[in-house]
Formats: sequence, structure tokens, C-alpha cells
Amino acid sequence: MSIKTRKKKDKIFTLLVMFLSILTILPLFLILLYLIKAGFSALNLDLITKVSRPIGERGGALNSIIGTLIISLLATLIATPISVFTGLFIFEYRKKVVSKILNITVRLISGIPSIIIGIVVYLWMVKPLGKYSALSGSVALAIMMIPNTVTSTVETLEMIPIGLREASLALGASFAKNITKVILPLSIPGILTGVLIGLGRIAGETAPLLFTAFGNPFLNLNIMKPMDTLPLLIYNYALSPFEEWHKIAWGASLILIFIVLILNVLAKWIVSKWNR
Amino acid sequence: MESIILTIKYLNVYYDNHQILFNVNLDVPEKKITTIMGPSGCGKSTLLRTINRMHEITNMARTEGEILLKGKDIYTMHPEELRSRIGMVFQSPNPFPHMSIYENVIAGYTLKGIRLSKVDKDEIVERSLRSVGLWEEVKNKLFKRGTFLSGGQQQRLCIARALAMRPDIILLDEPTSSLDPAATQKIEELLMKLKDEVTILLVTHNIAQASRVSDYIAFLFLGELVEFGPSTKIFTTPENPKTEEFISGKFG
Repeated sequence: MSIKTRKKKDKIFTLLVMFLSILTILPLFLILLYLIKAGFSALNLDLITKVSRPIGERGGALNSIIGTLIISLLATLIATPISVFTGLFIFEYRKKVVSKILNITVRLISGIPSIIIGIVVYLWMVKPLGKYSALSGSVALAIMMIPNTVTSTVETLEMIPIGLREASLALGASFAKNITKVILPLSIPGILTGVLIGLGRIAGETAPLLFTAFGNPFLNLNIMKPMDTLPLLIYNYALSPFEEWHKIAWGASLILIFIVLILNVLAKWIVSKWNR
Repeated sequence: MESIILTIKYLNVYYDNHQILFNVNLDVPEKKITTIMGPSGCGKSTLLRTINRMHEITNMARTEGEILLKGKDIYTMHPEELRSRIGMVFQSPNPFPHMSIYENVIAGYTLKGIRLSKVDKDEIVERSLRSVGLWEEVKNKLFKRGTFLSGGQQQRLCIARALAMRPDIILLDEPTSSLDPAATQKIEELLMKLKDEVTILLVTHNIAQASRVSDYIAFLFLGELVEFGPSTKIFTTPENPKTEEFISGKFG
């Protein structure tokens, strides 16, 4: 093969790689563009100060925004301690069979379709309690969040230099003190990043909430009662025949994307700060 | 004749079914520098790690034989108690990056859950940093992170952290292998000064270093203790031909 054809082939390959990469990010830009176009005109003060209203009464999405925050944060509060301790267990006993089984099980959870998690939590909580509730929604989202947070915890723990663990144990630290005074403080930024990314992911979930948090057109702060979230609002309003509600759904989508974006940027920022 | 602080009797160590140390017998004299010297892979670090039972953490090792600290079998002691009586300094400096210099020095107490008064803490920090010659260099930045120090300073901080527990013995596993010559020299001078207060057990593959700092030398080869004796004797009239070959640089 002459040098000329080789160069040509190389060029074609490079162009192909570039083309396919652009193809990957193109949908993202198109979605964002369309969302901004459609959602921007829907953005107004009513959207973030008023709750849902019947058609013609110019409602907003305040109940859904607050609901999203409450349900997602509650899910994070449930999922984080469980995930961190599971991650610690998997890492500390990584040579044991139990740990390996646990690791595989956690990965399996992340493969369960979200609608099924919703149905399972419906059977666990909604049916026995006899009512839909924000809490059951949070439990469903927590289950969705656990696998990612466990994985990011284990990855963080793996990055802690063995020398620091040895230094701590060589000073006579007990298992518990080694974890609480050395391992966990060193892992907080990494774990926090995983939690924020997980939070961003569950904030946009609809399916697990359909049978649990259910949705609520009124502003509700009681976690034992049905509560609305932005994805639920988008789901309900987008399916409605009303132009006015479609507009609110676009506005809500934009707010949701914005929340997720902030969480991801925050996570990236923590990582970069930590690496320095 | 000085007193013996640590006695190792008929020590065999296995990782899985692979034997690392063979029938090692060693008497470590108190408040002297004893160096374990030998080529890479001869079991130096393993020997050191069995003394404070750190080998139990990284690998499931099996040991046979006895190690006595002041006459008491260390395998009857609780590992956490043993490790605060036998401190350890590692190959590369490992101060805790989330702790200040001050917190690093008293980390041994914090990690054991021992509460100290402010006065006691201040006293321990100053005493420990003074004995490693770091006090003057860091006294104005005690509350800055230990990781901002130079490599040599970090290693001295790690020695101070071990000394803070007032151990009987300090184990040093090639403590200067990641340091430049100037920092190495400082650590060596420090060790020779420290032997007045603590017994030092040093592992090195650096023959020159062994000859500069040691009072006693144990030469380990392929898991066996080939020769043990006063440094001057080992370096002038070694009994075993293997020892002579090693110190004259024929292998290693």
C-alpha cells in the first residue's frame, strides 16, 4: 500500500469517527433547541408561583416543582445510607463470596424496568397502607437510585490509596474507626458526586411514580399523601387535549432539564475540586 | 550486652501455600538500629509486617513460631494494642490528606478513640514534631494540610505520627526509597538520633544506607536469615559467603 492510499484511508477513518460523534450529540442539541423554543415562551411567573388549575384559570406547576424536590430528596435520604454501607461491605469483603453475590445483585436491580419497581412498591406500600403517598414514590425512586450510588461508592473506595488504609491500621485503628475517621472522610466527594448524578436521574422518572406518588393537582407537603412531580405533570398535561396545558408541560420540561443540568454540573465541579 | 526487646523464634510465614520465611530466629536489641537487609523479594517486608501483624490485613498469611515483645507473645495480644506499641513507617510518605499537620500527629489517638485534653494534644504534637526536627519548619502552619509538605517533610511527619503513640519499636519499611538524597540524609540522621528513645527496625535494600545507620544487621536471603550480627562485623568480616557477595554488590 502506497503512502498516499494509506493517508487517504486514514483521512476517511477520521472523518467517519467525527461524523458518528456528531451524530451522537445531534439529538441532544435538537431536543434542547426544541425544548427551549417551546418551553421558553411558557416560562413565566405563574409557572413557578401558582399550582395546577382547571383549564381557563391560568395555573402553574408550583405543586409539581415542590413535589419533585421533596420526593427526590427523600429518596436520596433513603438511598444514600443504604448504598454507602452496601458499597463499604462490597469493598471491605471483596474477596468473600457474599460480597460478589451482593455486587451482582445490585447490578441486577439496575436492570429492572422502572415501571416494575413502581408496581412492586405499589404492592409493598400502597396496597397495605390503602393510599398513594409521596413516601412510597420516594421508596420506588430510592430503589432505582441504589445501584448507581453503590457502584460509585465502590469505585471511590477503590481509588483510596492502600497506603492510607495501611497507615491508619498500623496506628492501631479499629475496623470502625478506620472507616469513620479515614475511609469515609476521604470518600465523601466521590460518594457525593454519585449521589448527585443519581439524584439527577431519578428527578426525571415518571413510571415508578404512577402507582406510588400518583400525582396531585393541589400543593401538598404531607409525605403520606399523594404528591405531584414535574414528570407526572408533563405526562398528564401532555396527554391532555388542551393547548394551555401543553404549554405548561413544555415549561415544566424546561425546568426539569434545568434542575438535572445543575445537579450534573455540581457533580462535575465537585470531582474537579476533589482531584485538585 | 544490651537487653533484647523483641525475640523472633522459629518463624515460618506462608501466603496461601507458598512459604515466604523459613525458620527465622532473631533477637532485636533495645534502643538500637537493627537493619534487615537483602535483595528484593527475600521476605524483608513480610518479616517486618509479621512483627506488627500488618500481614493479616493485606493477605491471609499463616505464621508458625513465636514473636515475643518484651517476653509477651504478640499473637496473644489484640492487634490494635500491638500496633500502637509497634509503630510503622511506610515506603512512600502517607500522611492523611484530609487532616492538618496537627491532626496527623495525633491521628493515632483519634483513630483509637482516645480523647485528649487540648494541653495534652499540644504537648504531644510539639514533642513529636521536635523529635523529628520538623517543629521549627511547621510550627506556624500546624493547621495546614500535611500533604502540602515536601516528600521528606511528609515522611518525617509520618515518623512523628508513629512516635506520638510512644511506641516501644518503630518499623520502617524502606522509608527513603521515594526520597531525594538530601531528604534521605536527613531521615538517616534522624534515625540515629531517635535510637536514644526508641528501638528501630529498618528494612532496606540499600547497602550503603545499612552501613551508615545500623548497629546490627540481619541479612535475609530467599526467606532465610543468613547472618545476624553487629554492623561492623557484618561489613568487615562476614561469616557467610552469601553475605559477602551481597555487600560487595555481586547480586541484589
